[in-house]
Amino acid sequence: MSSAVHAPAAGGHEAGGHGAENKLFGFWIYLMSDLIIFAILFATFAVMSGNFAGGPGPKQLFEVPYLFLETLFLLVSSVTYGLAVISMQSGKQKAVLFRLAITFLLGLGFVVMELMEFAHLIEEGFGPDKSAYLSSFFTLVGTHGFHVSCGLLWMLFMIIQVVRKGLTAGVRSRLMRLSLFWHFLDIVWVGVFTFVYLVGLL
Amino acid sequence: MTEIHTEPSSTGHVSLGKYVVGFALAMILTLVSFGIAIAGVTPKYIAVIGLVIAAVLQILVHLHYFLHLDRSKDNMWNMVSIVFTALIVLVFIAGTVWVIFTLNSRLM
Repeated sequence: MSSAVHAPAAGGHEAGGHGAENKLFGFWIYLMSDLIIFAILFATFAVMSGNFAGGPGPKQLFEVPYLFLETLFLLVSSVTYGLAVISMQSGKQKAVLFRLAITFLLGLGFVVMELMEFAHLIEEGFGPDKSAYLSSFFTLVGTHGFHVSCGLLWMLFMIIQVVRKGLTAGVRSRLMRLSLFWHFLDIVWVGVFTFVYLVGLL
Repeated sequence: MTEIHTEPSSTGHVSLGKYVVGFALAMILTLVSFGIAIAGVTPKYIAVIGLVIAAVLQILVHLHYFLHLDRSKDNMWNMVSIVFTALIVLVFIAGTVWVIFTLNSRLM
């Protein structure tokens, strides 16, 4: 039972087994299209990244320790989500809930830090209207942050579903798709912290 | 067929060991990236190349250890679609940068 839905050997025979596989692959295709969106935003940022319009550049705006903490939140949350999947495979509902809750809090920490950074920038008068550089910065980083926020909302619903329904085939299938989404967002963040922040700080 | 990329097909289970190794590698590469950024490596292009290499490696680590993408038959379509998407992403970003920045120099 514990591994029936997602174990390749037994998966096909279980009710919903093939459906779950197809949904997972379909979701993968969605992630690929999402990657295209981010590619366009990265390309736009690359073009705009020198156009400060007399406003501040990355060196005046960002601090390495703050960025590092933000990055750490997201990276560790990726791992704790993986741990939740491991618990899910052995059917340990309480462990799944606990690990999802930790993941949720880490993700929330990331989003809160990003919102604080945005609020600080806007307060200082360095909002998206200040320069082309800042417009593309807010669009790219904001789009990523919006994705993470959607992931958090999804995670909240999954926590509720695990509590109310238990680890049913449907719930497991959804948890696996959220797993893809969450890990995928961490990959996009690698691109963001490297090219938007660190290259700018050189 | 489109078997779950979120599980290695050999065991059907995501293992703890894989996550630990993945986390360690990702952490090291993150530290390398931040190290390059604060070390003040000169000339600048060397630092940029270092950052690009670290980022690409970290993305591969995430794909392999967290998304469990490998070259097994079960993962074939996941692999095909991401390789194709990577090509498109490369064309978009490198193509845009190339066109726009040579345009700038021609207009000057």
